[in-house]
Amino acid sequence: MSSFSVSRVPVDAVGLEARAKSFTKRSIKAASKHQALQWIIGMMDLTTLEGADTESKVRRLCQKARRPSAELAKVPPVAAVCVYPPFVSVACEALRDTPVQVAAVATSFPNGQSFFSLRLEEVRQTVEAGADEIDMVISRGALLSGDEARIVDEVAAVKELCPKQHLKVILETGELETYDRIRQAAQLAIEGGADFVKTSTGKIGLAATLPITLVLLEAVRDHFLATGKLVGVKAAGGIRTAKQAWQYLVMVKETVGDRWLDPSLFRFGASSLLQDVLLQWDRAAAGRYSSSNLIGLD
Amino acid sequence: MTKESTSAKFPLVHPIEPLSPAASREESGQGVKDLLFGDLWEYAPAPESSEVSGARDHYGNFIEGQFEDGGERFASHNPATEELLFEVSTADEACVDRAVTAARRALPRWSGLPGVERGKFLYRLGRVIQERSRELAVCETLDNGKPIKESRDVDVPLAAAHFLYYAGWADKLTYAFPGAKVAPLGVVGQVIPWNFPLLMAAWKIAPALAAGNTVVLKPAPTTPWTASRLAEILQEIELPPGVVNIVHGADATGRALVGHSGLDKVSFTGSTEVGKEIQRKLAGTGTRLTLELGGKGANVIFEDAPLDQAVEGIVQGIYFNQGQVCCAGSRLLVQESVHDLVLAKLRQRVATLRVGDPMDKNTDVGALNSAEQRDKVQRLSEIGLQEGASMHQLACDLPEKGYFFAPTYFTEVSASHRIAREEIFGPVLTVQTFRTVKEAVDLANNTRYGLSAGVWSDKGSKLFQVAGAMRAGVVWGNSFNQFDPGSPFGGYQESGFGREGGRHGLRPYLEVRS
Amino acid sequence: MSDPQNPESPSQGRQPVAKTYKMFVGGQFVRSEGGKVLRQENSQGEFLANTVRASRKDLRDAVVGARKALGGWSGRGAFQRSQVMYRVCEVLESRRELFEQSLQRVAGMSREQAQQELDVAIDRWFWYSGWCDKFAQVSGSVNPVATPFFNFTLPEAVGVVALLPSARSPLAGLVSGLAPIVAVGNTAVVVVEQAPTLAVEFAEVIAASDFPGGVVQILTGQRKDLLETVGSHADVDAIQWFGSPGQESANLETLASDRVKRVHLHRDPEPEAWLEDSMQRLDWIDQCVEWKTAWHPRGI
Repeated sequence: MSSFSVSRVPVDAVGLEARAKSFTKRSIKAASKHQALQWIIGMMDLTTLEGADTESKVRRLCQKARRPSAELAKVPPVAAVCVYPPFVSVACEALRDTPVQVAAVATSFPNGQSFFSLRLEEVRQTVEAGADEIDMVISRGALLSGDEARIVDEVAAVKELCPKQHLKVILETGELETYDRIRQAAQLAIEGGADFVKTSTGKIGLAATLPITLVLLEAVRDHFLATGKLVGVKAAGGIRTAKQAWQYLVMVKETVGDRWLDPSLFRFGASSLLQDVLLQWDRAAAGRYSSSNLIGLD
Repeated sequence: MTKESTSAKFPLVHPIEPLSPAASREESGQGVKDLLFGDLWEYAPAPESSEVSGARDHYGNFIEGQFEDGGERFASHNPATEELLFEVSTADEACVDRAVTAARRALPRWSGLPGVERGKFLYRLGRVIQERSRELAVCETLDNGKPIKESRDVDVPLAAAHFLYYAGWADKLTYAFPGAKVAPLGVVGQVIPWNFPLLMAAWKIAPALAAGNTVVLKPAPTTPWTASRLAEILQEIELPPGVVNIVHGADATGRALVGHSGLDKVSFTGSTEVGKEIQRKLAGTGTRLTLELGGKGANVIFEDAPLDQAVEGIVQGIYFNQGQVCCAGSRLLVQESVHDLVLAKLRQRVATLRVGDPMDKNTDVGALNSAEQRDKVQRLSEIGLQEGASMHQLACDLPEKGYFFAPTYFTEVSASHRIAREEIFGPVLTVQTFRTVKEAVDLANNTRYGLSAGVWSDKGSKLFQVAGAMRAGVVWGNSFNQFDPGSPFGGYQESGFGREGGRHGLRPYLEVRS
Repeated sequence: MSDPQNPESPSQGRQPVAKTYKMFVGGQFVRSEGGKVLRQENSQGEFLANTVRASRKDLRDAVVGARKALGGWSGRGAFQRSQVMYRVCEVLESRRELFEQSLQRVAGMSREQAQQELDVAIDRWFWYSGWCDKFAQVSGSVNPVATPFFNFTLPEAVGVVALLPSARSPLAGLVSGLAPIVAVGNTAVVVVEQAPTLAVEFAEVIAASDFPGGVVQILTGQRKDLLETVGSHADVDAIQWFGSPGQESANLETLASDRVKRVHLHRDPEPEAWLEDSMQRLDWIDQCVEWKTAWHPRGI
């Protein structure tokens, strides 16, 4: 075992949470709200990660991804669909000739508890199946037991198998307990070559929050300022309303600046967010409050 | 984006500006290691409506439960627009005398009320402030120039909380000081500043009334509005007439009040200069006195601090309320080993501050309270430059009218510079470095004041050691500018004496005999 | 035992060695830099001794001594401070005879009065000694704030405190003024006008106890020589004044305003009143502290 470690950056929870809360105080109206809704959709990884997923469910999701609303004009496609590896080829097929990327969770999602060789093999096959983006999970147990090097090595090994694909590293922050550890995990993932750091699998109760995502944004910002290299952030799980989502955008804008207001550097991982964003879109377009019956379910 | 800023007036200033929006898109990150806080996504204006303010044309002095119409009038302006808001009657000596007499008349009944009854009045007062919080916040922002975000989220809720907190003390005074007998002092004259008009009124009135005293309050002449609204609320809750009287005016009214022989106690919040004058004036009179005066708070950042939160603390410490805060963290002391990193982060953070219309819900830094105050801040900044310090200022459009001053900090500051010694009372920070803990403590304590300090370190043992060494009445560990009605507040040395808030805040309003 | 101060009791023609009454500054017994003395007489008007008449410069030196000792004394653990203070009671008890005789001679007390005064002085010092490590517990607080912070308020020494003690109660008054000052970690500069020899004897008790040098300075002389300096000296943080409020105290308050000094005026009651329990005052400790409130976040 190598003794690699990253420099510890202490994070004060109360100060962090107060700062995160301050972003929710921004008043987003009119044109800035419309711009936010567009971005939120364009930054969304529309996700289905169920044991009950079927090919037809995935196809319907892809349909929704390329054209989120049949009723509303000018709604852009989402950034990506996110599926389990067996559905990558179906999704690729459904999304051919669209800008929508196909992301797949690999490396024994969601807990990562398998033989490392099998986790790597899963990545290899997922890439072969045509995935554009790989969402891997880290070994949280290793991190909690102090094996920082293993996190870096795992990420580096996966990245080697998907050099052209976008590698998103899921930290599963809800299992790391402290902001200090979340910051440490983010730094380790970045060190290993992550293109994105991502908060959560969505499979445990504790998913993305503003303060957790702020820790990740600060980590990628400091990495950029030190090296000039850009790493993205994906907030996954727990974001259900458009209002919540634009609070994330406010945080992005005021923490890392304009460069990150782009799907190549910021994503939302969500399954139910789109519906509320479309309701807001309809409300803004029609100038009255909307109803969920006006937006097609998928 | 940066065309007109105060930097035009300061030729040597280093503007803190985001890269231009065009550059922001062209360069798209390659090789550039600066963050782009541009206009890719602008927040649309989100103005709070001034309609809810319920302005009158004129407010009189509030004596014995009634507004008096008479007296010479002076105007109150909106410092962000320089527009006239309303007129106020000046209290002359006779008016002050009527107020003190009314308070004296009301004293026996008020101090004789069972504590629980006094407590219920205070409780109702706190509740009504909560109910009418929106209009009070609007009045405060229009009158003072502070961002609506702050009057809405800080000033008004804290003012309400202060009344609610002391409501609960009114019937427990015998528990407050072990082994002692307590009694109210009598008639209290209170003079408050313009930086937190409603909140300071609450800080003064709540403990005084809980303890059974009656009050004559003088708000600052530039911010008489919320105190007058408070008077309306006192009528609404049917507080017995004369228990709280409010007199308006500038220095002459203040002198008439604190010099009035009918007072048992004077409580003053304001500048050290005036505080000393009051202390002198009361010498030999036997009138009790508490003073909450100026400060030059040190904010000490150690190398092992949570730096991102520390940068927030720096910003909160000096740009909150445009730096017009007696406990502002106006002297930043940074350990040499992290100086460059902290300053780089600070620079980026300042670049995101939104300066402008205080009524816009997205404004972070509003207008200074008066032309006089803006000029003072400008003058001291010029002195900073003349003394050789390096000035960094946010490059931003300032509204054409109104008393604005862009967020500023000075580097290359030495401990003997005037900007590092004098209270500026504006959004101007000085930055100095230190190498060792001892050096930090010595620098922090090298001041005539002693109100506040901040200490930032992730190492608890160091933090508590240094907090103990700070000669200041309030020390914020890994935080700054936090307030709570239960937390005593007040200074050492020339920052005054006496405490406001908490159980200790009752002490200055009671006769306590062991 | 022969009394060197009392020429009435020579032992068989032997000349006693007369005592030189110096002042107590920075842990040393010193003469005045100005060289002035005051003639002290006993209660019958007979010559007793010459005592030092402190000058403004002496006061300045005393403040320097007090300032220098402040960090060590205020930084010492409260329990340790109390142990040092208790030790004064032990020494006082061991010198009962000296003080009883002095009180009779200087203050014209009867033997019973002198004994009672000494009893009260010792017991009162004992009372304040115990407060060293209890005042913070009783008068400090942990404040429940609405935000996730640990917030507490504790007393700290205000700094260098000048004491102008009672002119009516030479020992109980001196002790009642001084004990609350030093109990909470302040250092003191005491200006004694009445019964200075007794004050110097008390200084010897301090010197014989475990007090670090400079915690207590005792100057003898005339208040009027020194009041202006006490009031205006920028390095004096607080003043405890005993007397009849009037022009003198008003001047002092006026001068003190220049540094926003904490001035506490106390009416100096009749000598017997000093013996009452009501003169054991917790609020006098309160007057000698600054309250510091500290905030620290709670979170992980």
